[in-house]
Amino acid sequence: MYCLLKCAPLILAVAVCHGWLFGDFVEKQKELDEISLWPLPQKFQSSAVAFKLSPASFQIVHAKQSSAGPSCSILVNAFRRYFEYMFGDLKKHEKSRNKVYDSDLVELQVWITSADPQCDGYPSLQSDESYELSVDKPSAVLKAANVWGALRGLETFSQLVYKDDYGANNINKTEISDFPRFAHRGILLDSSRHFLPLKVILANLEAMAMNKFNVFHWHIVDDPSFPYMSRTFPDLSQKGAYHPFTHVYTPSDVKMVIEFARMRGIRVIPEFDTPGHTQSWGNGIKDLLTPCYSGSSPSGTFGPVNPILNSSYDFMTQFFKEISTVFPDAYIHLGGDEVDFSCWKSNPDIQKFMAQQGFGTDYSKLESFYIQRLLDIVTATKKGYMVWQEVFDNGVKLKADTQIHVWKERPQYQDEMAKVTAAGFNALLSTPWYLNRISYGQDWVNVYKADPQNFTGTDAQKKLVIGGEACLWGEYVDATNLTPRLWPRASAVAERLWSDKSVTDVGNAYNRLAQHRCRMVRRGIPAEPLFVGHCRQEYMGL
Amino acid sequence: MHTPPFKLKQKSADRAALNTDMYCLLKCAPLILAVAVCHGWLFGDFVEKQKELDEISLWPLPQKFQSSAVAFKLSPASFQIVHAKQSSAGPSCSILVNAFRRYFEYMFGDMKKHEKSRNKVYDSDLVELQVWITSADPQCDGYPSLQSDESYELSVDKPSAVLKAANVWGALRGLETFSQLVYKDDYGANNINKTEISDFPRFAHRGILLDSSRHFLPLKVILANLEAMAMNKFNVFHWHIVDDPSFPYMSRTFPDLSQKGAYHPFTHVYTPSDVKMVIEFARMRGIRVIPEFDTPGHTQSWGNGIKDLLTPCYSGSSPSGTFGPVNPILNSSYDFMTQFFKEISTVFPDAYIHLGGDEVDFSCWKSNPDIQKFMAQQGFGTDYSKLESFYIQRLLDIVTATKKGYMVWQEVFDNGVKLKDDTVVEVWIGNKMEEELQNVTGAGFTTILSAPWYLDYISYGQDWQRYYKVEPLNFPGTDAQKKLVIGGEACLWGEYVDATNLTPRLWPRASAVAERLWSDKSVTDVGNAYNRLAQHRCRMVRRGIPAEPLFVGHCRQEYMGL
Repeated sequence: MYCLLKCAPLILAVAVCHGWLFGDFVEKQKELDEISLWPLPQKFQSSAVAFKLSPASFQIVHAKQSSAGPSCSILVNAFRRYFEYMFGDLKKHEKSRNKVYDSDLVELQVWITSADPQCDGYPSLQSDESYELSVDKPSAVLKAANVWGALRGLETFSQLVYKDDYGANNINKTEISDFPRFAHRGILLDSSRHFLPLKVILANLEAMAMNKFNVFHWHIVDDPSFPYMSRTFPDLSQKGAYHPFTHVYTPSDVKMVIEFARMRGIRVIPEFDTPGHTQSWGNGIKDLLTPCYSGSSPSGTFGPVNPILNSSYDFMTQFFKEISTVFPDAYIHLGGDEVDFSCWKSNPDIQKFMAQQGFGTDYSKLESFYIQRLLDIVTATKKGYMVWQEVFDNGVKLKADTQIHVWKERPQYQDEMAKVTAAGFNALLSTPWYLNRISYGQDWVNVYKADPQNFTGTDAQKKLVIGGEACLWGEYVDATNLTPRLWPRASAVAERLWSDKSVTDVGNAYNRLAQHRCRMVRRGIPAEPLFVGHCRQEYMGL
Repeated sequence: MHTPPFKLKQKSADRAALNTDMYCLLKCAPLILAVAVCHGWLFGDFVEKQKELDEISLWPLPQKFQSSAVAFKLSPASFQIVHAKQSSAGPSCSILVNAFRRYFEYMFGDMKKHEKSRNKVYDSDLVELQVWITSADPQCDGYPSLQSDESYELSVDKPSAVLKAANVWGALRGLETFSQLVYKDDYGANNINKTEISDFPRFAHRGILLDSSRHFLPLKVILANLEAMAMNKFNVFHWHIVDDPSFPYMSRTFPDLSQKGAYHPFTHVYTPSDVKMVIEFARMRGIRVIPEFDTPGHTQSWGNGIKDLLTPCYSGSSPSGTFGPVNPILNSSYDFMTQFFKEISTVFPDAYIHLGGDEVDFSCWKSNPDIQKFMAQQGFGTDYSKLESFYIQRLLDIVTATKKGYMVWQEVFDNGVKLKDDTVVEVWIGNKMEEELQNVTGAGFTTILSAPWYLDYISYGQDWQRYYKVEPLNFPGTDAQKKLVIGGEACLWGEYVDATNLTPRLWPRASAVAERLWSDKSVTDVGNAYNRLAQHRCRMVRRGIPAEPLFVGHCRQEYMGL
């Protein structure tokens, strides 16, 4: 009745456990609802011995030995959230049940082991998200160094609870020891091409937590609109947003996103992409963008940030000073992708500057000149930075802890990952995970099959791969369709980035993911279907 | 594309010329040219001035309209939609009363906000819309049909606008158009321009297919999509209600069909009351509900509830335990169909039932020794399409006896089954679509087209343009043949959609089909359509439909749901 991890190699053991735990799923529809862990934990043992959970008496409590207590708002919030996920609205269960049966699981003890539980901290690239979960009667115990691991363990615990044929809540005797394969597991949302109401962002942060994602890469501004409301430069959104009041993120909105994310162990990394992708910045800041010329006179249109004016750098200094205080994360994404040189080429002042600097006609040198100065500005704010791969490709001098974000299809991302890591930089992969690109059928399968470490390189190089991000660019999505387009397709990325490298069985993944998406639907996330079928409880919205 | 004088750059000039008499007059110029001029003038500015974007965006474009820059104001506190004195319909006409309320709310939001009446009426106000039903029978209690007259005339001038239609069906279409003419000016005030519209549909059958078998669609989702259909002047809900994966239709005669064939016997079924509600909700919007009960293939879910209905497949000389299409050699199959379709013909009021008949897999029939024997007896040789035709022929007789007409997928025609004259053949196979239309109409049958409009097939980018560019009559044939094309349907098969993503996947992509089926053949300018459709989708969003964006941009009021 028990699948034991003895001295067999981990991979084999995991495979055995799968076989046993999920083998039945294919044959017996009824058992489908029983367990569907997503993403799959690194090590687990489960048995058919089941305990009952009574919503009226079951409790999630701080273990006696825990360094965290009732004042730890991250945990208290999480206890409530997961209790509701498991048992529905708390109010239903106010009447306490006195009798406790022998087969009951009466509580989950959450035991934070390190001296500082980080209750008031922010998650970071270095956060320890590992946890150990033991489900046995009368108490289950969740052990983690700090709140970040506890959050991941609570999600797993909630996924272990299932309803039996009588509708009673059950959980099987289980031992889990879990940790993420990659430290950076992100989702990129684009709030510039379409404005995303706060509600949509928050719902997707909830879905991220259900999938153990830990980074919200907020591509907050771009050419079409500038919804970030800057205290230092209010004209940026006043004149650059789709609408100055209804289509902006106020400082309070941003705070709420950051706090909502923190509660779920999710970092918020804002992207302020320059010098390209900045059309909307130009509305609010005079002379920030390069005037394009048509022949010998300005054409009235504008190109990238003007790299030859000191005022541009003065602006960036003040702007990123604000950003560095508004966003607590240690990293800022500085973009640096897709700089169109045609406007720079047309401008006689730029041409003169190029000659003075001895750049010849190599405009990528001018781009590097700009980026170099920008990086210095951001470094002065004590922030680390992420950049799109072009910045690396163009040979810009980068700090050692810079993260290079690989996104291009050519050259092949495997080659780019090898190059970036060979140069000693941290690499993040997004190329196979541009989820804005849609096609007919089960495209999650290819998403699932991509592996960030699948390139030729040394072990040291492989270790420099810190993770990846699923990107949902905003050309074709807004509040009406974003959430179902992202989920459960992004869940495939989530498992790739969390679970062991050996977890690659698509058939097994299908069964678990179909259940996981129904779980998300039950929790209020309109995650779309993988294929023909149904959820016990269908989505109640529109 | 329009002729060069009406290209974008010419439009400001056109506008200046037209502004002198403030009116775009349709005189003796041919209709197509006149429509083009009106477009040019009315929509020309949209490209240049963002602010005017919200002003007017009619979708689908009416057949004939004249509009002027003279604007009237509408006060939600005093504006009323009323029955014209001469109208044959009155306050007891629930279709109209419901529609008045619905469109009032679309235009002005919740009525409660405006309960305080405003006494003063200004000279520039439009005080009312009079709805004038001209024929003796307004059809207030009827159902829409293929023959329904949906034409209407709308005149907006002070102090009253007048909407004239033969019956309620035309009035519904006209109310939608009227509501699309109302726009907010810079001060947030409701405006409408002086306008004359004379409108009618190009095709009589303009449908949406939804599939409630591959995924169960909660009632709420179906009703919301009926609302969106009305906003786009669609008039047929083709309800592909059952199929292989599940049987959610709850039959009074054979309750085991859903009891054993639905995903869940209570939570994933349509009760008789649910079905009634769908039909009534659709009727209120001038939408026909045509159910599809597809046989003999696509019937796996039927077999759970009805013993011996499906053909037992054989593996070698013994039954394999799996089942194929409806068993065509047993009398019990036809007895069942007789009773079943008797029920269906009373539950669904429309004159047509869709009988499916597509994609019959012969492998199971081939494996079964009893079927083989029957084939030999009948002299069918090894041509199993003859067996299929044998079944369909008997089914059609059964349905004919219920006094219903039928629609079938194209295979039934292709296989040479004998069909009633009024059979509607639905062309769905993309390959050789023109040839099929030619053949079907050549044989004298009416047809509807859905091959180019399988909206379940998704791809990256603006695929609505592909749907928009389809011309249904673009096949070789006589005028008489062209007249047999009565419309088309946008199909959203259910493999990959359910309540979570159906509505944004359907809208506004289906809107492209809506305009193709309603508006004049000459309305083909994709750039102009983009501008109007972007606004139309924001209008749908404002009305609570999560219609997805066409491309980068925003709506004044973004979707408030998830």
